[in-house]
Amino acid sequence: MKDNIQALNDIFQARIDNGESIEPKDWMPEKYRKTHIRQISQHAHSEIVGMLPEGNWISRAPSLRRKVALLAKVQDEAGHGLYLYSAAETLGISRDELFDQLHTGKAKYSSIFNYPTVSWADMGAVGWLVDGAAIINQVMLTRTSFGPYARAMVKICKEESFHQRQGFEIMLTLTNGTEVQKQMAQDSLNRWWWPSLMMFGPPDAESTHTEQSMKWKIKRKTNDELRQQFIDITAPQAEFLGLTIPDPDLKWNEETKHYDFGAIDWDEFWQVVKGFGPCNKERIDARVKAWDEGAWVRDAAVAYGEKKIQKSKVA
Amino acid sequence: MNNLYTYLLMLGDNSMILGHRLSQLCGHGPNLETDIALTNISLDLYGQVRSYFQYAAKVSGNPANTEDSIAFLRYERQYLNGLLVEQPNTDFAFVILRQALFDIYHLYLLEALESSKDTQIAAIATKSIKEVKYHQRFSSSWVKRLGDGTEISHQKAQYALDTLHPYSFDLLNENAIEADMKEQGIGADLHIIKEKYQDTLKDLMVTSTLTLPDNTFAHKGGKEGVHSEHMGFILSDLQYMQRAYPNMQW
Repeated sequence: MKDNIQALNDIFQARIDNGESIEPKDWMPEKYRKTHIRQISQHAHSEIVGMLPEGNWISRAPSLRRKVALLAKVQDEAGHGLYLYSAAETLGISRDELFDQLHTGKAKYSSIFNYPTVSWADMGAVGWLVDGAAIINQVMLTRTSFGPYARAMVKICKEESFHQRQGFEIMLTLTNGTEVQKQMAQDSLNRWWWPSLMMFGPPDAESTHTEQSMKWKIKRKTNDELRQQFIDITAPQAEFLGLTIPDPDLKWNEETKHYDFGAIDWDEFWQVVKGFGPCNKERIDARVKAWDEGAWVRDAAVAYGEKKIQKSKVA
Repeated sequence: MNNLYTYLLMLGDNSMILGHRLSQLCGHGPNLETDIALTNISLDLYGQVRSYFQYAAKVSGNPANTEDSIAFLRYERQYLNGLLVEQPNTDFAFVILRQALFDIYHLYLLEALESSKDTQIAAIATKSIKEVKYHQRFSSSWVKRLGDGTEISHQKAQYALDTLHPYSFDLLNENAIEADMKEQGIGADLHIIKEKYQDTLKDLMVTSTLTLPDNTFAHKGGKEGVHSEHMGFILSDLQYMQRAYPNMQW
């Protein structure tokens, strides 16, 4: 039996090494299934919780054009959540179970969404930096081994890169604006820069999942490589905007052809991951409230559906 | 102000204030599918608002007017939406009943405006009708689910209907501006719309096992700019950026 499983494992790994796509009905090691449920649902939860900090500014958006764009963006995130939950469901777990994991704190979501959005410029910074960081992770995932996840990522990436440009354009409008608007943009960059760098996860030396994830092609680059890639792309963009990245150690290194940067406050990262960020409680409470208050609505839909079936049987 | 401009404000304000109410729900729906659908309706309504207000800016006679100055920089008494659309998102039953009452009115209104002599209004109506047909399908299907779902959903839907129904007449009773627009062949005839509205609503209530309130007392004032206490809070939210940071580009 043990030999059989080892043989299956070997075939499975060979398929991944060949670049084949793993589909829901294919044999897969239990750990692969569990890892994917964890990662895909974590990603889905991030989309859904991520609707809240941006949703916070829909009613106050400064123009009709910005309002419509923001509303559409937050709606796209709901759509991403929907594809991702569906991809996770192909691995034999229900959406209700996944929600339960989110609501009870068993499942995690991206820590960045535990920071508050306190000005309109944050709608720019979140698009530019947070979506920018997300894309770097997600482009890599369009080639991941699990088919439904990779395919969901192709669609999501297209929309995310649109959101990222939209965010950058909000920042550009602000930095071309009045002194007050420039200050608003700079203040926002000051608050979102470091949390955005933390989005790539702990340094490689402390990362527990990287090695296995590389083998399964869930990851193709390490956290530190991705972080560096993000900084190298973003630093010139900040310069273009005329904004100062809040890191006195950030400078171009001619030798490595990369930017050097200062130390990240990992204590803050772990504090937020462990539930003590500025908005952890509000975010989960908002999700739980929406779900609990929607229970009678979902029950009504089920009851109505059943009545209709009964009626059609009688007829 | 000319009557056409005022009429466009009435049309646009209904879509904007309802769009605002729905946008407050984004991320808080009972499930992802309804969350997405309600946001979609809000987006459609805001698209209509932009068409109405861009046109209103042109006909206003004031070159300084833009869609945003019209949307964000009026005083409360100058907003001319019906009272129904400003009613709060008390619970999902209120959201759905408010939507259903508005959608029935809105679809008949747009059908009439399609033959408006004002080609711009007719074009906006033609474009919006496709969207509003979907809105009405969505809201009336949910009224049925709630009305004929569980005992709890029935009670909540009936309570929302009893509360909101008196606000709906505000949309249907013709005022002087609407009468003038009708005379000119630009606006819709609300007398005809009101009859169709009442028939459709009655049918929907029968299939949803809900009872229309006997009392036909009508709250009124929205179209004259006299609003409920909710309106000031809606505007503080809506106007916040434009008021706090005047004369800036966003």
